[in-house]
Amino acid sequence: MSFVPGQPLTAVVQRIQIQKLRQGENLILGFSIGGGIDQDPGQNPFSDDKTDKGIYVTRITPGGPANAAGLRMGDKLMQVNGWDMTMVTHDQARKRLTKKNEDVVRLLVTRKSLEEAVKQSMGCFPRQ
Amino acid sequence: MDTESTYSGYSYYSGRSRGSHRHGERSRDRHKTRSKDSRSEKSVTINTPPAEPLLGDSAVRGEQVQDDNWGETTTAVTGTSEHSLSQEDIVRITKDLEDSVGLDCRRYFTLALAVILGLLVFLTPLAFLVLPHLLWPEKLQSCGTACEGLFISVAFKLLILLLAVWALFFRPRRAGLPRVFVFRALLAVLVLLFVVSYWLFYGVRILDSQDENYQGIVQYAVSLVDALLFIHYLAIVLLELRQLQPCFSVCVTRSTDGEIRHYNLGQLSIQRAALAILEHYYCDFPVSNPALLSASKSRAAKHLAGLKVYNVDGPGNNAAAGLVHSQSRAMIAAAARRRDTSHNELYYEEAEHERRVRKRKARLVVAVEEAFTHIKRMQEEEQKKAPGDVMDPREAAQAIFPSMARALQKYLRTTKQQHCHSMESIQQHLAFCITNNMTPKAFLESYLTPGPTLQYSRDHWRARQWTLISEASVTSGLKDGSVFLLRCVDFSLVVTTKKIPYIQMSEEYIDPKSHKFVLRLQSETSV
Repeated sequence: MSFVPGQPLTAVVQRIQIQKLRQGENLILGFSIGGGIDQDPGQNPFSDDKTDKGIYVTRITPGGPANAAGLRMGDKLMQVNGWDMTMVTHDQARKRLTKKNEDVVRLLVTRKSLEEAVKQSMGCFPRQ
Repeated sequence: MDTESTYSGYSYYSGRSRGSHRHGERSRDRHKTRSKDSRSEKSVTINTPPAEPLLGDSAVRGEQVQDDNWGETTTAVTGTSEHSLSQEDIVRITKDLEDSVGLDCRRYFTLALAVILGLLVFLTPLAFLVLPHLLWPEKLQSCGTACEGLFISVAFKLLILLLAVWALFFRPRRAGLPRVFVFRALLAVLVLLFVVSYWLFYGVRILDSQDENYQGIVQYAVSLVDALLFIHYLAIVLLELRQLQPCFSVCVTRSTDGEIRHYNLGQLSIQRAALAILEHYYCDFPVSNPALLSASKSRAAKHLAGLKVYNVDGPGNNAAAGLVHSQSRAMIAAAARRRDTSHNELYYEEAEHERRVRKRKARLVVAVEEAFTHIKRMQEEEQKKAPGDVMDPREAAQAIFPSMARALQKYLRTTKQQHCHSMESIQQHLAFCITNNMTPKAFLESYLTPGPTLQYSRDHWRARQWTLISEASVTSGLKDGSVFLLRCVDFSLVVTTKKIPYIQMSEEYIDPKSHKFVLRLQSETSV
């Protein structure tokens, strides 16, 4: 998940669709995010590269819609509803996720286990 | 009938604008005679008077209340030019009045009073010291060492007092103010009372009793001189120091073209404030040019020019005031409903004028630069060789002036400044610039922008005799919101004052060690 500035970023992503849950007058997704280009990347416990300023999932509410949809703690959000999340401020990320007129968010997330799974599957089934 | 006059008014107006800018305007008189072209102005009975009529128009309107036949205005036009000339005559007469006897009487009277008071003040201590020796010399105790030391003290203090009075009071008069200068009068009265009381005491206690203690008398004289020095200190504080601290901000507006300047003044009486403002006026305000105002005046007159008001009920039907009101209301309503395209004309006229001025300026700059290349300063070693045609600055200026004269004259006519500069003054300025090694651009600067009034010769000032018009007494002090007018023949300066506010400042101490920074922590937001 490390990136070289100026080069396109390649990642294996998983598509997750979360239906927002209505609680009172708020629509909640059931997870917490951390990170952003205006934050300190060295304090991120989930990233491999401590200069990565992307948005990470730091907490999942058990039993919430995010948990049910398959989001896991430590996931890095790459896209939210088509909007890029790799170069945004913390506040911009929060706004993209909490739009009041949307009740579904479609995320592209990546995690290290995905890459390893892909490598394993490629290794298990070598091309003939 | 109405539409006819409207159309003719417009067509003649556009003709006039083209004509006047093509041919230029030679003098104020020619400019006044051009107003005859906008004849639709003359044939209207206008009830709302314009703000400031042209010098000629007021006379013409007065004569032509019922005259619809514009052909006869030509005879009245010569009356217009005569009026403008006679106005100049009046100005010349008032200039001569300045040197008349009546005003000098007051000046000499105050001067005589001041001299008498000064002599009294200076001779009194000397008289106190000398009179005992003259009147009872044999009874007088001889003067010891301390007493003679006091003589030196009296002498030097009198010398210092003399110099101080000369420095403060014996300065050339700046102005003649309408009312007496209150502080000076009060000080004169104080000094007079003081000296008189000292004389009384001296007369009663010393002369009558013929006191023998000469040292006491000398000390008495020394105390008089000390007290006079303190009164002089009071004079400095009251006359000079008190108004130094700025207290009011005055806004001075010229009524004709709206030039505004702001000045800071201290606590002054209205007449002294007016004097300070006038001295700033001569240095700061660009010279008043009435030729620049004619366009807006003609526009203002034209606004109501296209309308004619007919009294169909016949004269003498209504009361005069009621008729006037109804007519003016009708005209305002009609003017509001009429589709007015004068803004369009103004825009294009100004754009055209701007373009013309820039073209003339470009030609002028080129002509002047070329003219300056024709002469060069002769060096020292060349002077010894004695070549043929050596000129002094005046002759050099006269030699190169003809090549730029035409361009300069055309430019001055376009910017309506031609009456401010005579040919003699231009040649003088050119000789001055050549002598001081100035570039052509430096020579031209005084003609490109109108300078302050002081830079021009006295005939062009149009601001010599000033009248102070004020609702409050002119010797009362300036207050917040006081308004007064300074009027001269052609225009007036409107002065408003505002008090500089009281400033309350508090302090906050910042410890230099308190500037510390940390990195922002990872914030976590739940969505």
